Amino acid sequence: MASGIRDKVAILGMGCSKFGERWESEPADLMSEAYEECLADAGIDSSQIDAAWLSTAFDAVNVGPSAIPLATALRLAYIPVTHVENMCASGTEAFRGACYAVASGTADFALALGVEKLKDTGYGGLPARGRGVTNDLFTPTVSAPGAFAQLATGYRGAHRVDKKDLKRAMAHVSVKSHANGIKNSKAHLRREISHEQAINAPMVAEPIGLFDCCGVSDGAACAIVTTPEIALSLGKTNVVAVKALQLSVSNGEESGFNSWNGAHIKTTRIAAKKAYSEARIKDPRKEISATEVHDCFSITELVTMEDLDLADEGSAWKAVLDGRFDADGQIPCQIDGGLKCFGHPIGASGLRMLYEMFLQFQGRAGDRQIKNMNYGLTHNLGGHPVQNVSSIAIIGHYNG
Amino acid sequence: MCSWDEDSITMGVEAARDVTSLPEEVEAVILASTTLPFAVRQNAGVIAEALNFPEDVRTMDVGGSLRAATTSLLAALDTTSAQGGDVLLIGSDNRKARAGSHMEMISGDGAAAFILGQDGLGVRFLGSATINDDFIDHFRASGDKYDYAWEDRWIRQEGWLKTVPKAINMALQKVGLAGSDIDHLIVPCQYGRVPDSIAKSCGIRESSVVDTMIDTIGICGTAHPLLMLAYTLAKSASGQKLVLSGFGQGCDALVFEVTEAISHSQPNRGIKGWLNRKVEERNYDKFLTFSGTIDREFGKRAELDRPPALTAQYRNKEGVTGFKGGQCSQCGTIQYPKTTYCVNPNCGAKNTQQPHAMSLTPARVKTFTADHLVFSMEPPAYFGLVEFEGGGRMMVEFADLDPETFDVGVQTRMHFRIKHIDENRGMRQYFWKASPE
Repeated sequence: MASGIRDKVAILGMGCSKFGERWESEPADLMSEAYEECLADAGIDSSQIDAAWLSTAFDAVNVGPSAIPLATALRLAYIPVTHVENMCASGTEAFRGACYAVASGTADFALALGVEKLKDTGYGGLPARGRGVTNDLFTPTVSAPGAFAQLATGYRGAHRVDKKDLKRAMAHVSVKSHANGIKNSKAHLRREISHEQAINAPMVAEPIGLFDCCGVSDGAACAIVTTPEIALSLGKTNVVAVKALQLSVSNGEESGFNSWNGAHIKTTRIAAKKAYSEARIKDPRKEISATEVHDCFSITELVTMEDLDLADEGSAWKAVLDGRFDADGQIPCQIDGGLKCFGHPIGASGLRMLYEMFLQFQGRAGDRQIKNMNYGLTHNLGGHPVQNVSSIAIIGHYNG
Repeated sequence: MCSWDEDSITMGVEAARDVTSLPEEVEAVILASTTLPFAVRQNAGVIAEALNFPEDVRTMDVGGSLRAATTSLLAALDTTSAQGGDVLLIGSDNRKARAGSHMEMISGDGAAAFILGQDGLGVRFLGSATINDDFIDHFRASGDKYDYAWEDRWIRQEGWLKTVPKAINMALQKVGLAGSDIDHLIVPCQYGRVPDSIAKSCGIRESSVVDTMIDTIGICGTAHPLLMLAYTLAKSASGQKLVLSGFGQGCDALVFEVTEAISHSQPNRGIKGWLNRKVEERNYDKFLTFSGTIDREFGKRAELDRPPALTAQYRNKEGVTGFKGGQCSQCGTIQYPKTTYCVNPNCGAKNTQQPHAMSLTPARVKTFTADHLVFSMEPPAYFGLVEFEGGGRMMVEFADLDPETFDVGVQTRMHFRIKHIDENRGMRQYFWKASPE
């Protein structure tokens, strides 16, 4: 009978490059930047890594196919390396691979590294690409903001929220993240925005405006995981363990069967429930200290609060406006600026979220430090509201 | 004819590399061509970077007529005498002509390069004369592919035979020489007896007239006066006087004296060396395809769209255009390209690579194939692994090889070529290919 991942894997060290428009950096430079920090943090040598997972979503416009780019960039010692891709959820996917390797007993030290170089396309926003030859026959040609704007109109419709109220709540999400990002020297965007600026920003996809969209960035982030026993034997005192790791993938029901209400992410709810059970969390609103969720767009973060059961159905917009998820709120969200301001190099994001959580548990988050970290939850979402992949990781102090 | 992967920039680079002891830096690089690959993007600048000149070099593209190279030569001479230092002057052309035209028949593709300076001159400049004359023997509007020419008889009689002797006589008078003093007369003309007639009009003996090489290399546009100059200097003796002319909407006539240093000023290969290396192509179909004259079916593999990532290109230009690899300051290993971590498995040092110029390093073939499946403008595509003398190896495309003699162990040298042409955006990416010595 499967017993879950709780307390079987510890994060030994993490690293993260500066996110932003890294014009002068190759993906290999970003990878080594994050990796060197991670190795130093873990206190081990590169030759000790037993297996590695590479997360990149747009390999065709940056590193190229297979896992070879990671091995060559870091000159890994001919160990197993796997390339994983699950759209924007790729980072957590790489983390899963590394964690399961350690939990299975086949690796002592496993590396998960996510990297993305989005700024070699010559234009802003995500690289344009097809969705598969058959999909392209059926699906409308869309942009990411357009796909997530559906969630906003769906939410409004399902919960009868006034247009202006929702826009205000969305603006609050972004203003809050910008205020948090200023405290983070690695973030891509580090300036305050006002509520008015967010509301009046140019429209991108109704009702998502420019300031409702996350940064398009280059960057890399990575983690080295091991067993808690090995971590302790290496002298680590404040061992951070993985409490839950869950993934849920749409099977087509949202887009084909008349049940889903267009106002939530079905996969997030399923993954969250399983994650809380795996971590033995009974009351998330009391036990979760902070979240890093997938704020590709402000509406996504707002809806995710309900999907994670941190706000009642249909009332997240009010909870947001009340400041529940602000830095000084009950359950801070995106304390490091989130995708919005730290930036969103697709393959790196899931690992960047864990990086901040890890720093928080280690007491190394500087100005951003949250007191009394109990459980930290990261949420990584790939795809569109109508069909997607959602992954959730919960970490906390090891108590074996 | 040049190959599909050559143009005025690549030929210019190879001509410059043919200069024995090319200086490490020059004051200016001047490229004269009527077939510059780019209307906007400094063509001479690409050449300067391929030759790894430092950034503070002046670069200039000159075009507009078939005497652009001789006019540039005058400008380059002015620069060196005014400022000192060396100037690299390149004339390079690969002109396109309609199938079956006279111009197709007489044209060739080529480039010549000279270093002009103050010291150790193989040739001393005595003086010149220039005539500007909007005599439209042929013209090409910007953006057009082909020239439009008028009647040969008129061009010969009213153009060459009137303007060139006039300019030459003006030049001779200026420098105080008579026609009989001239040992070599360079007239880059496609009409057989014109150089002889011009010689006569100037009192220059017929035996001084230099072979135009129309039967061996064709008339290579604006590069031709410089190619004929190189040809002449290969067989000149100290003390001899020569007249170099360029014709195109007027005429430049330059008078030079050969010095003792000429024997040390010869190129590595020269006209003779390149001709020895030639591969004869008898396939007119291939010529038409390479010159873009026919709308050929290239198959679906050719449809792959590879947008140029200009950011990545810029970041990597030292390695891509300059062909610099890295040498590890810790273990001495040479590698191409340069990377963060040393490639030597017994070293792996981080950030220890010093830039290492490798475009002149000989490389031996370790493995290769002739690939008939991958898209190529000249199938089969030859590529493989070469090992550089002193260290380093890479997978590389091969160019200009003889299938009969090409094999493992053959020594090659890197040549600057077009790697990929993006028809959709009009971009061409340059890189280096290995070719047997």
